[in-house]
Amino acid sequence: MPDPQPTHQTKPSARRGREPVEARPAARASVTRGVFGDANPISEKLTRTSGVRPKPATEGAVLVTGICGRLGKLLARELHRSDSVVGVDRRPFAGRPKDIVHHQVDMRRKKMKDIFRGRNIRAVVHVGVLHDPRRSDRERHSWNIVAFQKLLEYMAQYEVPKLIVLSGANVYGPQPSNPQFLTEDAPLLGAQHFGGMRDLVELDMLAQSFFWKHPSTETVVLRPCHIVGRVRNAASNYLRLDRPVMIMGFDPMMQLVHEKDVVRAIQLALRPVVSGIYNIRGSGEMPLSHLVRKAGGRPRVLPSPLARLAIDQLWRLRLSNFPSQELDHLRYVCMVDDARAREELGYEPTYSIDRALRDLRRVRYTL
Amino acid sequence: MSQRGSIVPFAGWRRPRLLGDSPWRAAFRSVGDRVVRIAEEVVGQDIDARIAGIRTHPNEVGHDPFGFDPETSRYALAMAGLLHRRYFRTQVFGIERIPEGRVLLIANHSGQLPIDAVLIASALMLDANPPRFPRSMVETWTAQLPFISTLYPRLGQVVGSPENARRLLNQEESLIVFPEGAKGISKTFDQRYQLTDFGLGFLRLALEANTPIVPVAVIGGEEQYPSIADFKPLAKLLRMPAFPVMPQMLFGMVAPLPTKYRLYFGEPFRFVGDPDDDDSAIEEQVWLVKSTIQSMVNRGLRERKGVFI
Repeated sequence: MPDPQPTHQTKPSARRGREPVEARPAARASVTRGVFGDANPISEKLTRTSGVRPKPATEGAVLVTGICGRLGKLLARELHRSDSVVGVDRRPFAGRPKDIVHHQVDMRRKKMKDIFRGRNIRAVVHVGVLHDPRRSDRERHSWNIVAFQKLLEYMAQYEVPKLIVLSGANVYGPQPSNPQFLTEDAPLLGAQHFGGMRDLVELDMLAQSFFWKHPSTETVVLRPCHIVGRVRNAASNYLRLDRPVMIMGFDPMMQLVHEKDVVRAIQLALRPVVSGIYNIRGSGEMPLSHLVRKAGGRPRVLPSPLARLAIDQLWRLRLSNFPSQELDHLRYVCMVDDARAREELGYEPTYSIDRALRDLRRVRYTL
Repeated sequence: MSQRGSIVPFAGWRRPRLLGDSPWRAAFRSVGDRVVRIAEEVVGQDIDARIAGIRTHPNEVGHDPFGFDPETSRYALAMAGLLHRRYFRTQVFGIERIPEGRVLLIANHSGQLPIDAVLIASALMLDANPPRFPRSMVETWTAQLPFISTLYPRLGQVVGSPENARRLLNQEESLIVFPEGAKGISKTFDQRYQLTDFGLGFLRLALEANTPIVPVAVIGGEEQYPSIADFKPLAKLLRMPAFPVMPQMLFGMVAPLPTKYRLYFGEPFRFVGDPDDDDSAIEEQVWLVKSTIQSMVNRGLRERKGVFI
């Protein structure tokens, strides 16, 4: 088995080195034949690719909101192979694959309705949730809730058969009284101590009420634990730090999920008949200190009041983008049980924690 | 000034480090190893073999999902073994009655600090054959305490919630439950060995998970920290379940008195019924468990010659 590999490798290079003159015309000939001479290879290729590409199960496009975020782009790149994808975002989509239609609009505008009216949409994937803690509460609320309500309105009006909302395990919130593994029925207490979580909880609730009000639409709410990878969210940025803060005397168990596992969960949820709320968990859970060390950081251990004070001050001085309420994540467990996703969705995490942390470190985070 | 990727100023400053382990950790490890060796001599058992003998359920990355850490537990078991055999000179009766597989150990709670849990756990680890890995359900309140909240999960202790208990029982583990809760442990001296009200949760759990209940009577705990009063305002201020007033603390005696502990394991109960039954129906069965433990306690008290012998 190892034998043909080197011979195959040395052969072209040797040929290139010895007789470059002869190699060139042959290559050109193959190109010219393809473009001008005989049209057969090209047409064959075209028909072949269009034949291989699987037809979408249901007619219509998948609308992805917030497509220009890192997770949105990743999702779009996976989805556009099998479905026609329509993207909606305020930001421009750099490096957009040609077959993705992107509308650079604000979701609160009338233009949004035209998108629904203009084409047959079979599913909406709502990834466009604004988490930036630096934005004002009002802007965040208007973007997250008002825009989502508009979206739901159009969905009801144009009878879109599927809605997938990416919520998060943060809606449960880290609490000392949490069971080790939260099921989907656990109360959403995430906003109890952290006002920034209020929008996400409300979004989750809106999706749930949509689930009951419009039974003809299959609504799926996904609640993944901390998503890591190339995304820039609080958990990823925290693990990218060289000296992340840990709270003295606390070392909760943590779950991480690779971004591509989340994308796969969304793809699984796009299949017909699937609906409901699903927790998404990565492969394995570990104490926070192990995760930090594995990610290459050296924890800086501070007592809780001091950490709170320091982070508040750094936040005020704009030296850090971590609100001090998020410190609860470093103290209490907030882990999810993904039994339902495994059973009903057929979801199984494929990326290991090591892989997730390696991908995470590829993106730099500087303050 | 500040190094890339840190949210703390002066992050560029690095303390000179030894190769490999940090000096603190290395020192801790060498002390811990010595304790383990001393304990092995005193106890006469191989502590590492005992820990290796228990059955756990590691996840994909080899960690216990509830945070059990064999490294920490080995030191803890060594310390607990010393307390168990030397300090409290515990006598264990009827440990062979604990059935295989899932089991709920229901015990009376006493003694201001949960040393009774430590001793039941070390009896299960050191006296039972094969060793049983004890999980105990701890107060939610302890999850808010620094250090304790790290230590407890590493020793396999779990925050007491029905979901956790159900999950552990379905993994065929043994759970230690003190249905009296904080009320039981902070009893004043005049109420010693009188069981307070039992919660009903454990019995519903046992019915639901089809789990045998082993009653356990702990004798000797009440005299380790005699408490003369519960100072409620201070407890409220410190957000503690109770604030016991212990005279021995006034004399600077922080350690518990070296009373002699006796642990009695009773015959297992196997209840059948509907876990969602009325409180009155459940209460009857709870009363049966409670009165069994109370009579075991009373018999144990009659049998003992003195508190310290």
